[in-house]
Amino acid sequence: MSNSTFKSWYQSGSPWVWLNAGAVSISLIAVIGLVLLIAVRGLSHFWPADIMSVEYNEPGLEPTVLIGERVDHEVVPAERVPSDYQLKEGQISVERYLLKIGNRDQFGLDFRWINKDWMGEVSYPEDILSIERREWGHFYGYLLSVQQQGETVADGEQAWPEFQQRLDRSNNLVAEIKYIEKIEIGKINQALESLRLDERRLELDNVPEDNAAYAEIEAARAVQNEKYAKLQIRLSELSQALIRDQVVMQMSNGDEVVIPMAKIVDVVKPNDMNRFEKLQHYFHEVWKFISGEPREANTEGGIFPAIFGTVMMVLIMSVIVTPFGVIAAIYLKEYAKQGVITRTIRIAVNNLAGVPSIVYGVFGLGFFVYFLGGNIDEIFFQAKLPSPTFGQPGLMWASLTLAILTVPVVIVATEEGLSRIPRAMREGSLALGATKAETLWRTVIPMAAPAMMTGLILAVARAAGEVAPLMMVGVVKLAPALAVDSVAPYLHLDRQFMHLGFHIYDVGFQSPNVEAARPLVYATAFLLLLIIVVLNLTAISIRNRLRENFKASDN
Amino acid sequence: MEAVNQQKNAARGIDIESMNRGPKLNMADETACIEIKNFNLFYGDAQALKDINLTIPRHRVTAFIGPSGCGKSTFLRCFNRMNDLIDNVNIQGQLLLDGEELNSPAVNVSDLRRKVGMVFQKPNPFPKTIYENVAYGLRLQGVNDRQTLDKVVEKSLKGAALWDEVKDRLQSSAMGLSGGQQQRLVIARAIAIEPEVLLLDEPASALDPLSTLKIEELIYELKEKYTIVIVTHNMQQAARVSDYTAFMYMGELIEFGATDELFTNPGKKQTEDYITGRYG
Repeated sequence: MSNSTFKSWYQSGSPWVWLNAGAVSISLIAVIGLVLLIAVRGLSHFWPADIMSVEYNEPGLEPTVLIGERVDHEVVPAERVPSDYQLKEGQISVERYLLKIGNRDQFGLDFRWINKDWMGEVSYPEDILSIERREWGHFYGYLLSVQQQGETVADGEQAWPEFQQRLDRSNNLVAEIKYIEKIEIGKINQALESLRLDERRLELDNVPEDNAAYAEIEAARAVQNEKYAKLQIRLSELSQALIRDQVVMQMSNGDEVVIPMAKIVDVVKPNDMNRFEKLQHYFHEVWKFISGEPREANTEGGIFPAIFGTVMMVLIMSVIVTPFGVIAAIYLKEYAKQGVITRTIRIAVNNLAGVPSIVYGVFGLGFFVYFLGGNIDEIFFQAKLPSPTFGQPGLMWASLTLAILTVPVVIVATEEGLSRIPRAMREGSLALGATKAETLWRTVIPMAAPAMMTGLILAVARAAGEVAPLMMVGVVKLAPALAVDSVAPYLHLDRQFMHLGFHIYDVGFQSPNVEAARPLVYATAFLLLLIIVVLNLTAISIRNRLRENFKASDN
Repeated sequence: MEAVNQQKNAARGIDIESMNRGPKLNMADETACIEIKNFNLFYGDAQALKDINLTIPRHRVTAFIGPSGCGKSTFLRCFNRMNDLIDNVNIQGQLLLDGEELNSPAVNVSDLRRKVGMVFQKPNPFPKTIYENVAYGLRLQGVNDRQTLDKVVEKSLKGAALWDEVKDRLQSSAMGLSGGQQQRLVIARAIAIEPEVLLLDEPASALDPLSTLKIEELIYELKEKYTIVIVTHNMQQAARVSDYTAFMYMGELIEFGATDELFTNPGKKQTEDYITGRYG
């Protein structure tokens, strides 16, 4: 290319167009790649994969049969192969598979790498069962018989339908027990606790012991205790009924194992399912993941409490941050005298947006939890002391901390929006005899509302993804109860909560079972992404509706 | 001299003879609406208006003409104290509306602006419905009765010659109207609160000729009820719509008089130069 044509090419602006297009493409590819990777890795976890049965001849050991789900595949170069492994002549790599063999209580580990060279015949027997248990993860094996009180009631062909039928019964019992334990006994506990607090309050007020109020409390307590005793009887009946059935299973190595029906959540025969059945089961599993509660140190079960906690926290944060940010911005932009002080405040606000989030966590712990919460407890919840109510990390403090974290974003966006309202609008209103406040309220603020929503959208996006500060001000690995329930006052802002971001961290780093946890990390990440998108889309659609009203206002 | 001017005016499209005028106007017959005495205005150190003395007659159209930057808009904005919004503006002298000083601390600015309505150069309807735009001023005064509002909206839109065009879409956005319709809507909005004085700051400069014509016709009708002060760049417009004209130059009031008089027989050389197009 000669010099002059290069120059004309350069002057034509093409390089810039290419550069811009390249930058946009890279961004797009990065976003799509990220979402795809997370989605594929996370969502494939719920697919009921075929279970293979493989003969395995490890040199120096008895030949054995392994049953399991193939979850990973790897080619190990010869240099990295352990020295005791006998490589064949000219072999440069070893292929190996990761098999989820389940049965952790029997084998000690439920994932195992197997070498392709040592594998014998592979088959996919249709009668292999995949059992999801309440403890110890999955169980893979063959069904021998179904027992009731230790007596065999069905074997052979009849065993499978009998198993499913009795599993339904047992799951219903489990659900009933859970309902009684969580809801009914929960209510009684709540009532007893409030009675205890009433009594304590009387003591703090130095009411003499022979006062009738004590007797009333005692009577109410007796009523609750009686209810409790009845529920206890019902519970023990249910548990008796629950331990009635067992199944006898045969493992890959031929050993027989008896599994109590009460320990089983779900059972399928993956090799015997067609695509449609698998798809059905897949959605069933996804639903269980979204709506269920976590089990086994969060490596099994669902993540509903975390979804709920994340959404609640973001909503409460939005409710707090919007008025604060908007009012601050209106003051700064419309009323404050523009000078050194306002400029300083503005710089400070902008810098606040750049402070590492963990710093906010520390602040939230020190100020909100210990200082504010501690004082609230002193004043309003004295009867409950020394156990804290608001003086411990909780949903409210987490939301407030994130509100402080995101308030600069709202302020900046709102100020931006206010300064974009044409002067003519303000003058038009003022010329009709409106005062400044009336002009603001009736004309300027409605017109700036889309900008405020933009601020809120940015705030939500940031808050939903924040994890570090939450660990100090309210997020826990496993929350015993949701922040919203059927017990007055229904919304419990003092409770600790679970959060998807923290859940990812917890499952990813704190889990005892890395291989089992990994797909859950992806699935949880995907859900977090989905929730942020949904929250943002909601806010964006509100903003667009607001904009619609002021559509032609720029001409 | 007069003949020369008429020739020149004819050349520029100003047809004084055909102007629809009644008997000759004379300041001596008029009652004062706004009186300006020894008025000075400063932007910081720069003096924008210099020692202006003027009486604006009631129920007449008074036009301010002059080259860009001569201070006519600034002057107009003094009448409803719009200049209060600008920092660094200092004024001296008297501005009397109905004999009362409108810059005195006792005057409530909101009340003043209700008495002295204003229409700006660019149409500035609020991003609300047509109905709400007109009702805006009334709602500010706490009038929320539907029937009263309906009546006033209709009357004002009729007054602004817009009713027939928008009566079927009062609840649609005002932003969907054309520029000329928007400007008439803004006038309707201003007359809805029944001011005494209507200030028009180049009301037709952003409009097409047809819309301009409509606005001019409207001004002609409105002077029955309102005292109108109009700032314009367009001398034909001043000649067509106004009863009295004030020519301003570099912050000074050069000449003031009945429009026919001023255009046919200007008393000052500067006025003559301006209206015959030698500068400006």
